[in-house]
Amino acid sequence: MSAPIVLAEGLSKSFRVADKQPGLSGTMRHLLRRTYREVEAVRELNFTIQPGEVVGFLGPNGAGKTTTLKMLSGLIHPSAGRVAVAGCLPQKRQERFLQQITLVMGNRQQLIWDLPPLDSLRVNAAVYGIDPIEAKRRINDLAEMLELGEELQRPVRKLSLGQRMKAELLAALLHQPAVLFLDEPTLGLDVNAQARVRDFLADYNRRTGATVLLTSHYMGDITALCERVLLIHQGRLFHDGSLDELTSRLAPCREVRLELRQVHPREAFEGFGTIEAHQGHQVRLLIPREQLTQQVGLLLSRFEVVDLEVSDPPIEELIGGLFRQQG
Amino acid sequence: MARRSALKPVQRALRIAAALLSSQYAYMLEYRAEIALWALSGVLPLIMLAVWQGSDGAAAAGFTPQRLGRYFLAAFVVRQFSVVWLIHVFEEDALQGKLSPQLLQPLQPLWRYLAAHVAEQATRVPFVALMLAAVFVLKPGLLWLPSAGQLLLGIMAIQAAFVLRFLLQTLVAMLCFWSERAAALDRLLLIPYLFLSGLVAPLESFPPAVRRIAECTPFPAMVSFPAKLLAGESVDVGTGFLNLALWCAVLFPLSRLLWRAGVRRYSAMGA
Repeated sequence: MSAPIVLAEGLSKSFRVADKQPGLSGTMRHLLRRTYREVEAVRELNFTIQPGEVVGFLGPNGAGKTTTLKMLSGLIHPSAGRVAVAGCLPQKRQERFLQQITLVMGNRQQLIWDLPPLDSLRVNAAVYGIDPIEAKRRINDLAEMLELGEELQRPVRKLSLGQRMKAELLAALLHQPAVLFLDEPTLGLDVNAQARVRDFLADYNRRTGATVLLTSHYMGDITALCERVLLIHQGRLFHDGSLDELTSRLAPCREVRLELRQVHPREAFEGFGTIEAHQGHQVRLLIPREQLTQQVGLLLSRFEVVDLEVSDPPIEELIGGLFRQQG
Repeated sequence: MARRSALKPVQRALRIAAALLSSQYAYMLEYRAEIALWALSGVLPLIMLAVWQGSDGAAAAGFTPQRLGRYFLAAFVVRQFSVVWLIHVFEEDALQGKLSPQLLQPLQPLWRYLAAHVAEQATRVPFVALMLAAVFVLKPGLLWLPSAGQLLLGIMAIQAAFVLRFLLQTLVAMLCFWSERAAALDRLLLIPYLFLSGLVAPLESFPPAVRRIAECTPFPAMVSFPAKLLAGESVDVGTGFLNLALWCAVLFPLSRLLWRAGVRRYSAMGA
């Protein structure tokens, strides 16, 4: 295995925030005697990412995902722990490091609002020291992959959200970074635009071998792009592995749906697993994974089954359930 | 993995300057109507000209009405081309997180702001020319043409004054990393700038003690010196430029120090 391109060891970040009570008395107290409290945004994260991996970073709002991405990209200094990206200390923001990374935030833009994206791209090419002919070639290549044409010559303010995000991606990738940090790159996009951005990212990763760490609230982004996910909750790493492993961990049972030729009483299914639903010919059971083969075999031998479907509960529900459980 | 077509440092710096200036000029042209209004709002020296011409102040300050008129017209030009609004945009960018994308590029963000100011100056040229033409039509006696040497030195002094104002505002702008409301400090700086720079009155009209205080500050170098150069007043050119250079030499390292400390704080607070 090659050296990791992203390394986080005991990575932590805490912020001091002012604590103010509402109302006039709270305001006066805050004015005269300000009190603060420490908020631990990220707590002792440990993970590594190999070159070329596409990793999904999951967690609810306020879990510490964006803070972690900002620490990895050098925007925030960690309070404790060690972080290294592409062999550099991000917080030093040396040119060698900045030439190798990019951070795209769905809610921030780097393109100049009143000018066509091509103007911003020209500035980026100069800033990153890219030869004009090479810059033109890269712009053409990326524009083709992103299906951008005359939009590059229209003022950014006149572009749709999807077109703007694609132009932002183009601007962020012009210097061919080896590591992409993407924070909600499909935020606010419609289903079609989301799919196009996903396809582009998958294609870009295939073509260039770039490493991608991606946060998204849209599970579709994660399932389409990431073989590995990091699940973070209340600043701590809860899971590091594949989505399947996460599903197994969060859902020890699989869902079995049966459609039967004849109607059987509810009691007939007791002992096979937890009965989730029983309605006429339809039965839905939750069966522990380790008993699945045996129990399905028994069901097939005992009842006349017209249709059978085995599935995992949707991952969004599992993760949502976990967060609700843990508060 | 990136295959880079590296440019030589000087070539790269020139390309960055050209790209920044052309994009910022295009951006400013989008806001030409607003810039015209800003140019109009900088007519304080012309108002002062009208006020002084209606009084005996010119003689008291040792000026003929014509010399005083030319001084204020030159001060008007200096003011127009040394306008700095860094504090306001920088504060907004820092507070709204717009600074973050800039920090992730291998270019000190202040260069972008500097390019925006230079581009704005270029956008002002036709509006200022029109306003000057209007004054000369109304008051033909004030018309004068500086020699090529005076003009060149005047332009150099205006640009040096602009750099000095930019550095001073950089210092104040950096304070927004701590106070979050650095713009209030800018308003505080406006008073000494107006009175000690020679914008509302030539320094010669001040009592000697006030004049001595003014000369210990960077403000006269921002208006009085370049305006006198342009107006053809007798002025010690070497001392004037040395004064500008010294103030820049003091403010430049200070602004760098504050920048580094400020960005560290910005990074600590959450960028």
